[in-house]
Amino acid sequence: MINIEIDGKQVTVAQGSTVMDAARQIGIYIPHFCYHKKLSIAANCRMCLVEVEKAPKPLPACATPVAEGMKVSTHSQQAVTAQKGVMEFLLINHPLDCPICDQGGECQLQDLAVGYGSSGSRYQEPKRAVTNKNLGPLIATDMTRCIHCTRCVRFGQEIAGIMELGMAGRGEHSEILTFVGRAVDSELSGNVIDLCPVGALVSKPFRYSARTWELSRRKSISPHCGLGSNLVVQVKKNRVMRVLPRENEAVNECWLSDKDRFSYEGLNSEDRLTVPMIRKSGQWQVCGWQEALAYAAEGISNVVKNQGPLSIGALGSAHSTLEELYLLQKLMRGLGSHNIDHRVRQSDFRTDAVLRGAPWLGMQIAEVSQLKAVLVVGSTLRKDHPLLAQRMRQAVKEGGQLSLINPSGDDQLTKIAYRAIVAPSAMLDMVLQVLKAAAEIKNIPVPGHIKSAANAVEVSEVARGIANSLINHAPAAVFLGNLAQHHPHFADLHCAALAVSKITEAQFGLLGEAANSVGAYSAGALPWSTGTHSVNKTVSEKVGLNAGQMLGLGSPDGEPACSAYVLLNLEPELDCYDTGRALQVMNKAEFVVSLSSYKGNIPDYADVILPVAPFTETSGTFVNTEGRIQSFSGVVPPLGEARPAWKILRVLGNLLQLEGFDYDSSEQVRAEIVSAEEEFVRGLNNALEAFSISENHQKNSGIERIGEIPIYQADPIVRRASSLQKTHDAVSPVAFASPGLLDKSGIQAGETVKIKQQDETIQLEISADTSLPDNCVRLACAHLQTSRLGGMFDEIKLEKL
Amino acid sequence: MERIKQFFKSFLLVEMLKGMKVTGRYLFAPKITVHYPEEKTPQSPRFRGLHALRRYPNGEERCIACKLCEAVCPAMAITIESEQRDDSTRRTTRYDIDMIKCIFCGFCEEACPVDAIVETRVLEYHGEVRGDLTYTKEMLLAVGDRYEEQIARDRAADAPYR
Repeated sequence: MINIEIDGKQVTVAQGSTVMDAARQIGIYIPHFCYHKKLSIAANCRMCLVEVEKAPKPLPACATPVAEGMKVSTHSQQAVTAQKGVMEFLLINHPLDCPICDQGGECQLQDLAVGYGSSGSRYQEPKRAVTNKNLGPLIATDMTRCIHCTRCVRFGQEIAGIMELGMAGRGEHSEILTFVGRAVDSELSGNVIDLCPVGALVSKPFRYSARTWELSRRKSISPHCGLGSNLVVQVKKNRVMRVLPRENEAVNECWLSDKDRFSYEGLNSEDRLTVPMIRKSGQWQVCGWQEALAYAAEGISNVVKNQGPLSIGALGSAHSTLEELYLLQKLMRGLGSHNIDHRVRQSDFRTDAVLRGAPWLGMQIAEVSQLKAVLVVGSTLRKDHPLLAQRMRQAVKEGGQLSLINPSGDDQLTKIAYRAIVAPSAMLDMVLQVLKAAAEIKNIPVPGHIKSAANAVEVSEVARGIANSLINHAPAAVFLGNLAQHHPHFADLHCAALAVSKITEAQFGLLGEAANSVGAYSAGALPWSTGTHSVNKTVSEKVGLNAGQMLGLGSPDGEPACSAYVLLNLEPELDCYDTGRALQVMNKAEFVVSLSSYKGNIPDYADVILPVAPFTETSGTFVNTEGRIQSFSGVVPPLGEARPAWKILRVLGNLLQLEGFDYDSSEQVRAEIVSAEEEFVRGLNNALEAFSISENHQKNSGIERIGEIPIYQADPIVRRASSLQKTHDAVSPVAFASPGLLDKSGIQAGETVKIKQQDETIQLEISADTSLPDNCVRLACAHLQTSRLGGMFDEIKLEKL
Repeated sequence: MERIKQFFKSFLLVEMLKGMKVTGRYLFAPKITVHYPEEKTPQSPRFRGLHALRRYPNGEERCIACKLCEAVCPAMAITIESEQRDDSTRRTTRYDIDMIKCIFCGFCEEACPVDAIVETRVLEYHGEVRGDLTYTKEMLLAVGDRYEEQIARDRAADAPYR
C-alpha cells in the first residue's frame, strides 16, 4: 500500500493505482472525459491534469501511477490553469449547438465548460466540420461534436469484443469511423451512447423527443433476458421516453444490452391492447372489464362443471412477474387442476420427477467474470445473454478458457479455446465424450447411471481438450444454454453435463432464458408443485400436464390435451417449442382466455382477451438467473383500460369463488412467496436425483433443424420495438445450411426452396453457412414466417421449387 | 384654546380650500388622459405584450425546440413537444402558451438562443372562452408574421443595451 496526499488529504491506495483512483477513493472530483472506470486508460483528453509536487509540469491524473509520499493538488493555480487551457482547446472545434443537442443538460463537456471555460472564445478562424456517419438504426451521430476521447473505440475493443468504431487520421483530421459501409451491429452498441461525454453519439429512437430535465427518473428491472438488468426508466407525461442503465456491480455493472435499452418502444406500439374484448357468437366485441371477467369466469366454470377441472390448462410466459405467475397457479390449483407450466419452449420434461430444486445459474453473476474455464453447451451466447457473454469475455481476457459445444458456430467475439460444432443430435455424444475424457484423465470411473452411455462414445481430441481445460483450471463452470434447454434431449444433456461438472469439480448452472425463469419455479408455475412457494423435493401424487403435453407435443393429430386454456403474456404461435402444433391446439381448444399486452394473432384463437399492463405499468418482482429477487414498481399508469395482470387474476379468483384471493397490493402476493428481507430465493438446486441416460438415444437420420430464437424475437415486447426490428439481428428469417448439404440436395445458395416440417411447407431463401454441421438447417423460430413449421430441433425437409 | 382653533378652521373651510387648490392646479395643468382606443400611450421598445414566434427572412421558423423557454418559464405557461423533422432538424410539433398562466416576465425571450419567441407590443387581445387564450404554434407564428417589421425594429432599438 502506498500513502499519498491529495489536496492535503491523506489516502492509502494499492500499488499500481493511479492518482485518479486515489482521488475517487476519497471523493475528490478531478475533471475528465476520456477516463472511464471500466475502460483502459487513454489519457488523450488531458482534462485531468493535476499538479504533482516536484514534477516540472502538470500530469494527467488518470495515467499517473501513485508513488510513496506523492503530493497532488487538483485545484492549485497550475492545475486550474492547465485545465482551463485544455478546455479552451477542446472548445475550439466544438460547435455551439447545445440548444439542439440531445446531450444538452447531461453533457460532461457542457458541465465542465461552466467550471473551466471562459465566457467568450478567442478563436476567430473557421471551425472544423465532420460528416456524420450512419451507425445503423440505434445510434445517431453528430461527429462535429466529437472531442476524440475514444471511449467508444475502447468500449468496442474491450467490452463488446469487436472494434466496430475506430479513429482514423491524425490531429485535426482524426475522425471516429466505422469500417467502410458497415454499421454498428453489436448487441451492446447502445452503451456507447452513455459513454460518449458529448453529443456525438446519441440515441436515434430518442432523438429530439425530449430534454433531460423534463424526464423523471424511475427505477425498474428489465423483463427480457435472465440477467434482470437494473434500469432507470425515464418518463415524461406518463410515457416512457427512454431507458438507461442503473449501476449494479452484481448484475449488469454499468452496461445494458440493446434489447433492454431500446425495447421500450414496444410499450407504446400500435399493437397494444387497450380494452377487454370477448368473442360472442363468432364476433369480437369490445366490452367493459366487468363483462369480460364475468364472461371469462363463466367460460372457465362451465368447462370445470362439464368436463372436470383437469380439462383446463394454464400457460404463463416466464417473462411474467413472480406475482402474476403465483396467482395464475393459485387460480388453477384452486380450480383443482395442476395443469400449469411456464416452460413453453422446453420439449423434454423427463427431469421433472428428479429435479431437486429450481434450476439456476449455479453461482453469482459477478463470479462469472472470475472463471478460469467455462464450458457452454448449446447457446447462441452473445444473442441470448449479451451481458453474461460480456462477463465471459472479461474472464477470457483475464486468461480464462471458454469452450463451446453448440450446433452453430457464430462468432462469440472472444477467444474460444475449444469449439465443438456438432448437430443437435450429436451434442449429447459430445458432452459424454467430455465426461469420458475427464474420467480417464482423473482416473475416476464414470458414475453408474451414465456409464453405459459414456462407454458407447469415442473420445475426440476436442472433448479431451475441453476436459483438460475444465480440470486444470479453477474456478471452472459448465453452463447449459437456451438451445440445450429447448433440446429434445435436454434431460440427458442436463444429466451428462452435471456429471461432467462433478468429475471436473466445476460448478454447474443453467443460463436462465427469461427474466423470471427461476422465479417461475418459486411461484410454483409448474405441474407438480403443491401450491406452496418452495419447489417440493418429491413430486406429489397429483401431477398435472406439463407445457409440452398441454401444447400437443407427442400427440400426433394436434388434439388438445385440455379443452380450455388460460394464457398469460404468451403468443403460442411464436413462443413455443412446436409453434405449428401449439397454434393447432389453440385453434381446436373450446375456450381460450388470453391475458396479453398485445393483440398479435390472439383474436384468431382466443375467446376472451384481457389487456395486461407490461412491466412499466405494474408492480412486481423478477427473480433473475442467480436467484436474486428484484422488485419494482410501475413507472407509468396503464395504457387505456389495460390493468396489471395480478389484479385481473385476483378478480378472476373472486369471480370463480376461490379462497385466498383478497389481495390489495402486489406486495401482499409477494409476501406469500418470499419474505421481504430475502435477497435470494430459496430452493435453488441444479442437481438431479437418479436419472439415467437412455443408451439408445435415437440418432436422427434426416436433416435436423437448428431452431434458435433470434435476439429481437424472444418476447412480445421486443418483437414490437420498432428500432430494434430495423437492426441486422432482426432481418426476416433465412434458412442456412452447410455447403455440403446444399450440394447433396442440388440446391444453390440464394435460391428459394420449399421447407417442410411435418405437414407444413413454407418457401424461404436458403444460404450457405460453412460453420454449420452437415445435415442441419438453421432456421430461426419466433418469426411469423416460420411459425407454421414444427419443433425447434425436429426433422426438416428441403425441396427444390 | 385647541377647541377654538378647531372651530375657526372648520368654520372658514381652510381644509376645503387646500383641497380646491389641488383641484385648481389640475384644472389648468396639461391633461394626461388619453382617449383610448382612439389615442394610445407611448410604448417602450421593451414592452412585454402578446408573444410571437418569429421566422427567418427565408420563411423558416426560428424555433429549434431547445425548450429553454419552457424550462425557464416561472408560471409554467409554455408547453412544447418536439421531434425530428423530415430534413432531420429539430423542430416543435406543439408550442402552446397559456396566456392565462403567463405573467409576462419576458424570461422566455431572454432564454431563447435564436430570438424565436418574443413579446410584442400587442396588448389588445381577448378570449371569449377559456381555451381562447391558449395560443398555439400556428397562432404565435401568425402573430409573428403580422408584426415582424415592428418586432425587428424593436429588437434593433434594444440591441445596444443587450
